[in-house]
Amino acid sequence: MTADLLRSLGGGMLIGAGAAVLLLLNGRIAGISGILESTVHGVFGTKGWRIAFLVGLVLPVALLGLGAIEFPQGLPVLAVSGMLVGFGTRLGSGCTSGHGVCGLANLSPRSLLATLTFMIVAAATVFLVRHGSVLWHS
Amino acid sequence: MCDPQRVLAFLDFTGHWNPALAFTMGGAILVAAPAFLYVRKGRVDLMGQAVELPGRFNINRRLIGGSAIFGVGWGLSGICPGPGLLLLTAGSAQSFVFMGGVIVGIFALRLLPRGTPAQRRKEDNERAPS
Repeated sequence: MTADLLRSLGGGMLIGAGAAVLLLLNGRIAGISGILESTVHGVFGTKGWRIAFLVGLVLPVALLGLGAIEFPQGLPVLAVSGMLVGFGTRLGSGCTSGHGVCGLANLSPRSLLATLTFMIVAAATVFLVRHGSVLWHS
Repeated sequence: MCDPQRVLAFLDFTGHWNPALAFTMGGAILVAAPAFLYVRKGRVDLMGQAVELPGRFNINRRLIGGSAIFGVGWGLSGICPGPGLLLLTAGSAQSFVFMGGVIVGIFALRLLPRGTPAQRRKEDNERAPS
């Protein structure tokens, strides 16, 4: 358990280092949902750095692999989940990386509120999915 | 932290709570914070280019509503955009369906009034001291 948490901490520090490098050398914020949106739309100025960032993000994982991943939900739920994630992150201008990592690192009250909101709502959603039937039948 | 089960174990306070995600986010924030402090104070990056960070104080309904909608989606699957991208590398149908949904969701935002990225960015930075 402790080794697992240390690995999680180390992985997080690498994520933070990546965000720091992008900010210090390229003046940009490592918000994945925003970078993804701009790349998909392809209309926001030059796209070069975004594509380079996304390739750099994916490449080590493509080479090393992720290990066995078990998805908890079926395809219809994953489709709905994805749509809510795409819509919600852009409506709220950030996801776990943009608000949760970069915004909090920037000591932004706005990002703190966004992070608390999506954390609490996500926890409530997990509770309802896993234990909602108990409430339903009581 | 790409494993949806580990994320859901962090979000589930009733079962065997797994704090790993807090360590990941905490580690990332600690390492990134000095870089943000440097750029926020100097308003330039290390290359000397001017950098305008997003406003930190403008809190509006869109921020809260969007984050809440994201929370529902994240809670349903345990996947957020970064890990979603990385999951594509394994080539599973699930990851492609999820990320397909993300792209549909991003485009759906265009249907809203003031929904383009430029309009949203402008609104985010209105009346917002940095």
